[in-house]
Amino acid sequence: MTHEAAHAEGHGHEDHRPSLYDWKRWVYSTNHKDIGTMYLIFAIIAGLIGGALSGLIRWELAAPGVQVFAEGAAITGWLNLDSAHGYNVTVTMHGLIMIFFMVMPAMIGGFGNWFVPLMIGAPDMAFPRMNNISFWLLPASFILALLSMVVPGNGDFPGFGGGWTLYAPLSTSPAHHSGPSMDLLILSLHIAGASSILGAVNFITTIFNMRAPGMTLHRMPLFVWSILVTVWLLVLSLPVLAGALTMLLTDRNFGTQFFNAAGGGDPVMYQHLFWFFGHPEVYILILPAFGMISQIVSTFSRKPVFGYLGMAYAMVAIGVIGFVVWAHHMYTVGMGLDLEAYFIAATMVIAVPTGIKIFSWIATMWGGSIDFKVPMLWAIGFIFLFTVGGVTGVVLANSGVDTSLHDTYYVVAHFHYVLSLGAVFGIFAGFFYWIPKMSGYRYNGFLAGLQFWIMFIGVNIIFFPQHFLGLQAMPRRYIDYPEAFAFWNHISSVGYAITTVGVLVFLITLAEMFIVKRKAGANPWGEGATTLEWTLSSPPPFHQFNELPVIKPDTHH
Amino acid sequence: MAHGEVKHDYHLVNPSPWPFVASVGALVAAIGAVVLMRGLSSNEADFFFGKGHWTLFLVGMGILVITCIGWWGDVIKESRAGDHTPVVDIGLRYGMILFIASEVMFFVAWFWVFFEMAIFHGHRADWVVPTWDEATAQAWANWPPPHVETFDPFHLPLINTLILLLSGTTVTWAHHALQTGDRAGARLGLILTVLLGILFSWVQFAVEYPIAGFAFGNPDGVGNATVYGASFFMATGFHGFHVIIGTIFLAVCLFRLLAGHFTPQKHFGLEAAAWYWHFVDVVWLFLFTFVYVMPYLTMQN
Repeated sequence: MTHEAAHAEGHGHEDHRPSLYDWKRWVYSTNHKDIGTMYLIFAIIAGLIGGALSGLIRWELAAPGVQVFAEGAAITGWLNLDSAHGYNVTVTMHGLIMIFFMVMPAMIGGFGNWFVPLMIGAPDMAFPRMNNISFWLLPASFILALLSMVVPGNGDFPGFGGGWTLYAPLSTSPAHHSGPSMDLLILSLHIAGASSILGAVNFITTIFNMRAPGMTLHRMPLFVWSILVTVWLLVLSLPVLAGALTMLLTDRNFGTQFFNAAGGGDPVMYQHLFWFFGHPEVYILILPAFGMISQIVSTFSRKPVFGYLGMAYAMVAIGVIGFVVWAHHMYTVGMGLDLEAYFIAATMVIAVPTGIKIFSWIATMWGGSIDFKVPMLWAIGFIFLFTVGGVTGVVLANSGVDTSLHDTYYVVAHFHYVLSLGAVFGIFAGFFYWIPKMSGYRYNGFLAGLQFWIMFIGVNIIFFPQHFLGLQAMPRRYIDYPEAFAFWNHISSVGYAITTVGVLVFLITLAEMFIVKRKAGANPWGEGATTLEWTLSSPPPFHQFNELPVIKPDTHH
Repeated sequence: MAHGEVKHDYHLVNPSPWPFVASVGALVAAIGAVVLMRGLSSNEADFFFGKGHWTLFLVGMGILVITCIGWWGDVIKESRAGDHTPVVDIGLRYGMILFIASEVMFFVAWFWVFFEMAIFHGHRADWVVPTWDEATAQAWANWPPPHVETFDPFHLPLINTLILLLSGTTVTWAHHALQTGDRAGARLGLILTVLLGILFSWVQFAVEYPIAGFAFGNPDGVGNATVYGASFFMATGFHGFHVIIGTIFLAVCLFRLLAGHFTPQKHFGLEAAAWYWHFVDVVWLFLFTFVYVMPYLTMQN
């Protein structure tokens, strides 16, 4: 805790911090904090684009009939998306952008880069230069993805509209997507995958090799544990996606028939390959949030996390089991009953370690001296809403139930509760927890709290009615619906408008923070914040831990 | 505490243009690849965007090759400047092992396809696919499919197996010779390894592939047969591509050995190349067993 004072005296190294306006500082960067900042800015931009796309979806679905995507409609016409195909493209790109260009860059690239080295007492990442290519491949990938929206996809209609899962034959057959759009999207995901694999190799090496003296694996903060599990999933699952994408590419361009039943191939095989990646991917999206929530709940309850080891190994268990449950996304393809029974059982097992985490968070708060600061509001919101998404997940795990709910709005509601209200709440929690550390400024508590309450209400109004729509059998990915679904769809769209206000308040909060510049101390959260990043100044020196910290056995997490 | 003075052995790398340059190269190459395959301009004569024009792809690949040379050249310079302390060296080892782990998972995808086809073809024979005639449906009852003439595994593939296993011993010889200070032995071992690698690629791509009794892909052909060819060529072809990468990696190590970069104590570049080579070797043994030998034996029955 004396680091800050010492740091104030020894100002020598601060002179090495390059100017904010020096373009080489960012383009040539080998600094984990600068690269983390670039990731966060990238994620915010991508999030706004992906959020705008979801606005088009909700606007279209606000009432029966085709409005926003009607031919010649001004709002979508400028992108040539004024068609039913354009709606499908919008749904597809909303999913892909939010997953690959918002949540993953924010959690792993942004917070992971910033705080894994700080929390384990390392001066930087293991491979600082490779860290930078992990970031810069993302804009390249994003440009390809955006380009795919404007070049011919389905006949003369631009873009790929087959959903974020890129299922064959929608993604392979010339009858569906004959244009170059799909090829751009495939290569976009190849590059995003390469970025993530390189980043994952970097994180594992950093965590295994660069922990400060005394920082054993079992003393690591749970956020570091969560990133460690996440990046293992990345290393082992993404290459399989790369193989599947390559098969899509050869099926489209080189005459292979991997996924074409008429040519001897098997479209269901694509689904197996995709979900072998895709299911670990959904844990990749949520595990870092688990880690952040653990830090935040502990900090603002002023107690160590309840059942630290159980929490760490629950994440390991979720990661391991996450690799053997993939076919629960495919109950309706006609697999054998024995196979379905296995995937039901394996999927249900995941509820056990997930339950360990939920109950341990609650036990951490139990009897704690709870401080309802903004990060804690987001964290409690996360626990509440993630649990809702978790229990609907248990419902969907049953193949009998899923047969009727598959591809309905019930599924949409489920995965938005765990991702949009889970992962994104985790991101906001982490953002407000760490923004004083990253920027050196304190946010305006009133504005940030206002944002939380507006968004909490807004997103629930968006997604809770979708459970009802799903139970009424409204299918997902359709531009229109019968009158019977009108009421709850309208409510859902009203929720979107409320959420938009919340996003605007977030942007205002950010702007206000950087204009007013309230200086933050080394540790704005008090005695509950025990991890190493709070021993450094805010913002930390350009290169921290020139002398490595020594971790004592009584340090808690 | 004196913050200004660095008191740890980690390597804080200097700012570098290469990651950004590589990303630009990847973007241009990706757009170029789509231009090659599909074209991004309706005007086929368009030099940059017309279908089949190599311009952008070659520019992008050129940028990537230059990046490889520049970036890894910097790594070699830093290593020789003493930046690779023991702890950094351990980090490099982790990095290489994890990279190979991700490569293993890439091959899992290709084996997955092959096994799916090999094991579940009977199951699929029951499918009712409107475009299938009787002959196509019957083809599913057998693997390899009736129209496919597989390679005799105990001919060229066996020779290639022996070549690759032998190269595994020569690279180990080179490594041990280097560790014991026998530079001449290391040199000879590495030269032989590189030559064996080239020989393997030559046998595979120049001798074996041209005489294959099945095609890679044919949009109009009989189904099952094309899937056999596609899964065969993608699995063995990606392996062959990795052999070429490994051969280049070893050749670079050979030049570095001749330039005196390696000492008996410090030669991780060579070790990494050897690890990669063994990985390629193991993948080949799986390919030989499951893609060459097993279909051949089942066909005989």
